[in-house]
Amino acid sequence: MRWNRITTVTAVSAAVALSLVACGGPKASSGGSGGGSSAATPEFDAANNKIFNPSDKKGGTLRMAITEKWDSTDPGDTYYGLSWNLVRNYVRPLMTFKSAPGKEGAKVVPDLAEAPGVPSDDAKTWTYKLRKGVKYEDGTEVKAKDVMYGVARSLDKTTLPNGPTYFNDFLLDVPKDYSVAKDPQMKLLSKAMTTPDDYTIVFHLNKTFAGFDYFAQLPSTAGVPQAKDTGTKYQLHPISSGPYKFESNDANKGFTLVRNDQYDPATDPDTGRKALPDKINVAYNVNGADIDNRLQAGDLDVDIAGTGVQAETQAKVLADPKLKAHTDSVLSTRLNFTVFNSEVKPFDNVNCRKAVLYAADHEGYQRAYGGPFGGDIATNLMPPSVAGAEKFDDYGFEADKNGNPTKAKEALTACGMPSGFSTNIAYRADRPKEKAVAESLQQSLAKVGIKLTPKGFPTGDYTKLYAGKPDYAKANGLGMIVYSWGADWPDGFGFLSQIVDSRVIRASGGNTNLGIRIPEVDQLIDKALATTDDAARNKIWVDVDKKVMEQAGVLPGVWAKGLLYRPDTLANVFSNDGQNMYDYASIGLAQK
Amino acid sequence: MTEPIEEVVQDSPQRVERGEAFLDVRDLKVHFPTDDGVVKSVDGVSFQLERGKTLGIVGESGSGKSVTSLSIMGLHPPGIANISGQIFLDGQDLVTASREEVRLLRGKRMAMIFQDPLSAMHPFYTVGTQIVEAYRVHNQVSKAVAKKHAIEMLDRVGIPQPDRRVDAYPHQFSGGMRQRAMIAMALSCDPDLLIADEPTTALDVTVQAQILDLIRDLQREFNSAVIIITHDLGVVAELADDIQVMYAGRAAEYSTAEDIFDRPQHPYTWGLLGSMPRIDRERSERLIPIKGTPPSLINVPEGCAFNPRCNYAHLNGGASETERPELLDTGNGHLVACHLSPQERQKAWETDIKPKL
Amino acid sequence: MFAYLVRRVIGAVLLLFIVTAVTFAIFFLVPRLGGATADDLAGRYVGKSAGQEQIHNTAVRLGFTDPLYVQYGRFVKGLVVGQDYNYGTGTERCPAPCFGYSFLTQQPVWPDLVARIPVTASLAGGAAFIWLLTGVGTGVISALRRGSVLDRSLMSVALAGVSLPIFFTGLLSLSIFSYGLGWTQQGGINPLDETNPLWWAYDLILPWVTLAFLYAAAYARLTRAGMLETMNEDYVRTARAKGLTERTVVLRHGLRSALTPILTIFGLDLGLLMGGAILTETTFSLPGIGQYAVIALRANDLPKVLGVTLVAAFFIVLANLVVDLLYAVVDPRVRIS
Repeated sequence: MRWNRITTVTAVSAAVALSLVACGGPKASSGGSGGGSSAATPEFDAANNKIFNPSDKKGGTLRMAITEKWDSTDPGDTYYGLSWNLVRNYVRPLMTFKSAPGKEGAKVVPDLAEAPGVPSDDAKTWTYKLRKGVKYEDGTEVKAKDVMYGVARSLDKTTLPNGPTYFNDFLLDVPKDYSVAKDPQMKLLSKAMTTPDDYTIVFHLNKTFAGFDYFAQLPSTAGVPQAKDTGTKYQLHPISSGPYKFESNDANKGFTLVRNDQYDPATDPDTGRKALPDKINVAYNVNGADIDNRLQAGDLDVDIAGTGVQAETQAKVLADPKLKAHTDSVLSTRLNFTVFNSEVKPFDNVNCRKAVLYAADHEGYQRAYGGPFGGDIATNLMPPSVAGAEKFDDYGFEADKNGNPTKAKEALTACGMPSGFSTNIAYRADRPKEKAVAESLQQSLAKVGIKLTPKGFPTGDYTKLYAGKPDYAKANGLGMIVYSWGADWPDGFGFLSQIVDSRVIRASGGNTNLGIRIPEVDQLIDKALATTDDAARNKIWVDVDKKVMEQAGVLPGVWAKGLLYRPDTLANVFSNDGQNMYDYASIGLAQK
Repeated sequence: MTEPIEEVVQDSPQRVERGEAFLDVRDLKVHFPTDDGVVKSVDGVSFQLERGKTLGIVGESGSGKSVTSLSIMGLHPPGIANISGQIFLDGQDLVTASREEVRLLRGKRMAMIFQDPLSAMHPFYTVGTQIVEAYRVHNQVSKAVAKKHAIEMLDRVGIPQPDRRVDAYPHQFSGGMRQRAMIAMALSCDPDLLIADEPTTALDVTVQAQILDLIRDLQREFNSAVIIITHDLGVVAELADDIQVMYAGRAAEYSTAEDIFDRPQHPYTWGLLGSMPRIDRERSERLIPIKGTPPSLINVPEGCAFNPRCNYAHLNGGASETERPELLDTGNGHLVACHLSPQERQKAWETDIKPKL
Repeated sequence: MFAYLVRRVIGAVLLLFIVTAVTFAIFFLVPRLGGATADDLAGRYVGKSAGQEQIHNTAVRLGFTDPLYVQYGRFVKGLVVGQDYNYGTGTERCPAPCFGYSFLTQQPVWPDLVARIPVTASLAGGAAFIWLLTGVGTGVISALRRGSVLDRSLMSVALAGVSLPIFFTGLLSLSIFSYGLGWTQQGGINPLDETNPLWWAYDLILPWVTLAFLYAAAYARLTRAGMLETMNEDYVRTARAKGLTERTVVLRHGLRSALTPILTIFGLDLGLLMGGAILTETTFSLPGIGQYAVIALRANDLPKVLGVTLVAAFFIVLANLVVDLLYAVVDPRVRIS
């Protein structure tokens, strides 16, 4: 019975559209605690990579909400973009993305560290010097040992399972199943990290890795005082080293941040953090439609998820010029795409893959994600917001938005299947957009004789049991797999390494590379990891992108965009290429 | 009879609008409009009753006897029944009185006991509570006083250990006890008129007699007028002073109980008598049921309503099927609505009916 | 009476265990039938980039590698005597009744439930008060004015109430009264944070009315049908014959009987709602049991699912028992045995 009732919940979102018909426009007044009339005139995209209503005025309570909850507020146990954005308010990692609009925001700048890491030993050793005078909320100073401990505890994936595993994978000789609880002196990590003095930390890697500054911006590099670590309970009150500290925190309801009086802006010259509100409230599990309504009414300041308004709200907002002036169509570092499973015939043949690329209706793909406001038609893998990315269109997607059957047929002939073939396309059954993609492709490919059978799978187990489990995908003939990928951070490594490197494919499932096996790509990736020069390295990542497209490893769909709603209550609001949403380290409230 | 029986005639609009007997019902008509047509449940009934006297109203189901009594009590829901004629209770016309006026009379001056005491008492309240409620609605007394009165009443109707039984629920009583409790409730305000609608039908035969005895005893004690409604002539034989036989919403015969049993005039009354089991007769004779079924009250047969079931209708030269017989005095206040000539009636009674009873 | 109670309580406890066992079985057996291994299950509770070893360690930590009956035994043991939990840098005692720790947030489930039950109780209790009053009132009026224009309009509204889902009426009323007119509180507020009972009621008034509308409609229809039946009962005629005022007749005699079956339904409805008014809590973002159930199920978080299931089942069983006992009080013909 309980299970029956649950199923009805899924109907909720469907009915949301109905109710919104009855909504009026936004209220003229503002209910915001710090709210009031803003000096600037709202217009569409006014905060998209530029500052809208610039302000330095402090005060007010920033009200944020989210439909569910992200993994954790523990800096050593979190892997959400919004969390990495917000976490900069209460902890200071060694490095961080600069809080500045546009491309500037994709720059990694020193935070707890004095300067970027100094590589040596062929970029296998990285040394950071800590700033002096950076204090925790209790007034004690952040020391190098604390940074080492913060990283060490994050290696224990049994206790803190959510964070990325870069340090596990790259640090030298990290013991299997390492747990700092069993090694409080961190003796077993003596080869991985050293702290020659209180203000110096040295990382030793097991291979050359030129982009280590990106690792150094992971929240787990913020210091954690060992005595204060409470394991899985630490998320309830992470010890603050940033401008705010936790006042209260409930893993189910949300939390409140207040100013940390031990934070000294003088120690923070590079990050651009403004820390304008006096208080930040975050509420979990708020109904999605309710969030949008409250944003429009000025009763909520930010949808912290940063992925844009609900589909139903989007239609309504875009139709009303006044509402549209309060939105920003922000490009994310997310690609919605379809992968060819090279283990399923005939996709072992590059020409058959190319045939799909030519035959696909790219506008249809875009329509599945909500049209131009859902994203731009992707012509290659790396979104333009990724540092150093290059846009190229080898297959003429933009010229033939609805596909090019002639070229598709040529490719089919070259593949030896002039009359087409049949295969299956997998998608996540509870994601209507992916279902629409499968159906759109089914239609457009049918025109050249390629028969697709859409197969839906549950989201939770999609990569673990079905599409991302190689033996299952092969046995069930999943030739095409609808998928979506967002970068961990906006550089080639952050975006590409997990989806095109054939060596990350695990037979046990849980894969994010769903079938791309191109030896040249693997070689290029190794070359990129070893290249310390940023420009040269970025160029290699573009080569990876080009190689995958040349081999038709994926069918790129759309580079996702989110339509963010910007209430009048906000000041100093902007998006950038580092966060791909509003930057939460500098956002402020409009003052009266 | 204190009033000359000749006065009881139908359709006398010129008469003074004031009842003469204690209960004086004149040309009572109760019609229910329905989608299928007007149901004429009571279609011109008149009778009179004095304090201390008992009237039996006899008839098959659907003859209009219960509807008549409910009209007197004012228990027809408003807007559903069309009631015309007059019902004078001690000089006050109940038909034209306001609902509130009639309500104040109900329970106090006129009370009613019903056929099935189990369904007629509220299952969720104790017997005592229900009597107390009946008493207190008309008497400004405390609950304690009312309860004492209830115990007294239960004692009076012959319920043993009334001080304990007063707190029992109806379902904890036997059928006879329940009817005694009903009577106690009805009599709690010492009413002048008691209407008993089939008071013994739902009871065991052995209990029936006790209840009838009780009603008779109490009537003497309270000196109230009593209307006994029944389909069973045996019941009225014991109790009634006068009997009105009803058929299809009208009176077929009216007379003293003695006359009705000894010199019944109407073929329908004969039928009722014939279908009554009698232990004082030999068992060799079979009961004679009345043939056919009671008529529809929407389409009452033309002429005499009883004609389709009457063995003697052919004797009247077609009048039975065309003309409605008037209720006329045949002497000594014995009223009959029948086309048969006195001679034919006499002959039929003497030769066909009486020997078989 | 005492023996009856003991029997019922034992039955209830058994039922609760069966419910948890079934929940347990559904959670583990269904994926198993689909060929999933312990590691596959554990894969739901690791980060995005977990390796096979990490997944396996998680499977071990969560106990998935043990046989099913061992896992269930552990759960029952936690419930009855409590358990010790390793939070990474130490252990803590989770006293009985220990519902375990969330697979995802690794926080204990029981305090969450304890914090959420009053929210759901506030919602259900207030709504129940409103719907009982308005639903029964409407039903009585409709029955007494049967066939009138008033009756027909009330019953049309009631039909709408029964037919319209909460997520429609809820969002509609939110957009009108909260965002449009600004009269009421928006969703996402925990009414228990208020110290003033008036503010508590103000926070809840919209969810109350929305939820009550659904139920009031159903109760109006039930009451009307019940009243039409009881007002034709002989004892109602008797009550009138006694000369009681119409008001007394209707309320004391007619309604009293008509209410008895409604009491049963009311008890069960309230019990069901206490297990979480899922749609209402989701629509108004109220942090109650129902919202918790949604969170738990979305995340496949078994300890939370078990906790919510147990709480819901507990309230339903309790409601059943209370209704049965109450029935004997209300209707003297019913005997407890």
